[in-house]
Amino acid sequence: MTPSPLVQELILAVVKVAVVIGALQGLFSLMTWIERRVLAFMQFRLGPNRTGPFGILQPIADGIKLFFKEELMPAAANKWAFLAAPVVAVTLSFLAVAVLPFGPPFTLPRLQFLPGWLAWLWPEWLHGREFQFQIAAIDVGLLFIFAIGALGVYSVVLAGWAANNKFSLIGGLRSSAQMFSYELALGLSFVGIIMLAGSFQIRDIVAAQAGWFWKWNCFVQLPAFLVYFAAATAEVARTPFDLPEGETELVAGFHTEYSSMRFALLQMAEYVNMITVAVLATNLFLGGWHAGIPGLPSEGLLGFVFWGGKVAFLLFVFIWLRGTLPRFRYDQLMHFGWKVLIPVAAVWILITATGVALAGW
Amino acid sequence: MDAFLFYAAAALAVLSALVVIGQRNPIYSAFALIVTLCSLSVIFGLLGSPFIAALQVIVYAGAIMVLFLFVLMLLNVKREEDAPGRGGRALAGIATALVTLLVAQAGAVLMRAEPGPAPAFDASTRRMAEILFSPHFLYVFEATSILILAALVGSVALAKKDL
Repeated sequence: MTPSPLVQELILAVVKVAVVIGALQGLFSLMTWIERRVLAFMQFRLGPNRTGPFGILQPIADGIKLFFKEELMPAAANKWAFLAAPVVAVTLSFLAVAVLPFGPPFTLPRLQFLPGWLAWLWPEWLHGREFQFQIAAIDVGLLFIFAIGALGVYSVVLAGWAANNKFSLIGGLRSSAQMFSYELALGLSFVGIIMLAGSFQIRDIVAAQAGWFWKWNCFVQLPAFLVYFAAATAEVARTPFDLPEGETELVAGFHTEYSSMRFALLQMAEYVNMITVAVLATNLFLGGWHAGIPGLPSEGLLGFVFWGGKVAFLLFVFIWLRGTLPRFRYDQLMHFGWKVLIPVAAVWILITATGVALAGW
Repeated sequence: MDAFLFYAAAALAVLSALVVIGQRNPIYSAFALIVTLCSLSVIFGLLGSPFIAALQVIVYAGAIMVLFLFVLMLLNVKREEDAPGRGGRALAGIATALVTLLVAQAGAVLMRAEPGPAPAFDASTRRMAEILFSPHFLYVFEATSILILAALVGSVALAKKDL
């Protein structure tokens, strides 16, 4: 019995959502451990190495610890806003993921070797079907991510304001000022790529970078890539732009008053945002799942390897930056955002537009 | 599915708009307005213009409302106190709304506009851009940009004591 096409689509959609969210949560907990280990090695320490081989079970230990901690809420806090902030943060960070393609499109295998009594697990209609880990391939994918990013400010503002703590409030305000300053540069850095690809669809942008690796946008659009990377680092509040939670001056910034699982949720939203930014950079600038050498196949399993490698490299760069660079001062941060990144991005748009108009680039 | 999404978004928009005007705490009002704007964006998306939908969230729900919240939080605005004559004004407001509804309905009956799906309209991003940059609208579009630039320069001049 074959289910109707609508039911087939529905089943596939549910499976995609489950796999993507599950994988992101797994990656989030793994990232917390990797980050601590890599940072430790950069500082000639060992990092967490006691739980399991190389300490890889550390995230589970952390999870158990956070579960058993007391959930604190300041007496003067605004109860509903305080409860809503972590929920908003996590919801938005997973929403943005919905339009990202995770890896190349591929054809589902036939799996003939499955014994008869397991065949229901891999029914006929899956055989040879085109498939891609992208939950929603909407026309304005890039703008959607941008819109969700714009809303992401509110989780921070809400958390900072609701706690009724001056460190939280200053952290929240700083963070929102920083996020919407750098959002402009982030948005401008996309414009050149959109002009070159002629589409807001992330899939089309990846397809436009096929061929030799010097056709990747990180070379063709080098200034845009640099602006994107700086602005994206600021968007997810990573060092050197981690002023919202500058420990030395603000305790822990907007999540000072959060503890236990609510703290874990805020933390998860941050790491998921960081992964989103890395995946987006891979798709937009690093050629997505293309190998960069025309002979090498870029679809199927090999495409996943290239794509995953690029994402992993970018995530490593984020950790690397944190281990290397000191934090900006707040006025320097604003100066850099408004007087360096935005003008560079704007001039680069003019240059790209001229190129597209004159030469068809 | 579309009808269900439309009614859900429309109901949310109306409810949150009521909260915006009914709520005494200005911060709650601001958050309710964000919800209104987001549900309007869902309606734009259902009308076949994802571009406008995204812009609605980016510009209004994202950028402008952050500024509102900023001001409210920095000034630490408290709950609005009961002002005298509040009940009368509420009555006047409801009356105005009813009269507007009546006039709109009367107009619809007179013009014989049948409620139903609008005629097909291409609201894709490409079509939007073509309309915006056609000779018809180009002048208005550029004039608006100049206006915004003038406002920008003016606000910097006002904010900075010594340039």
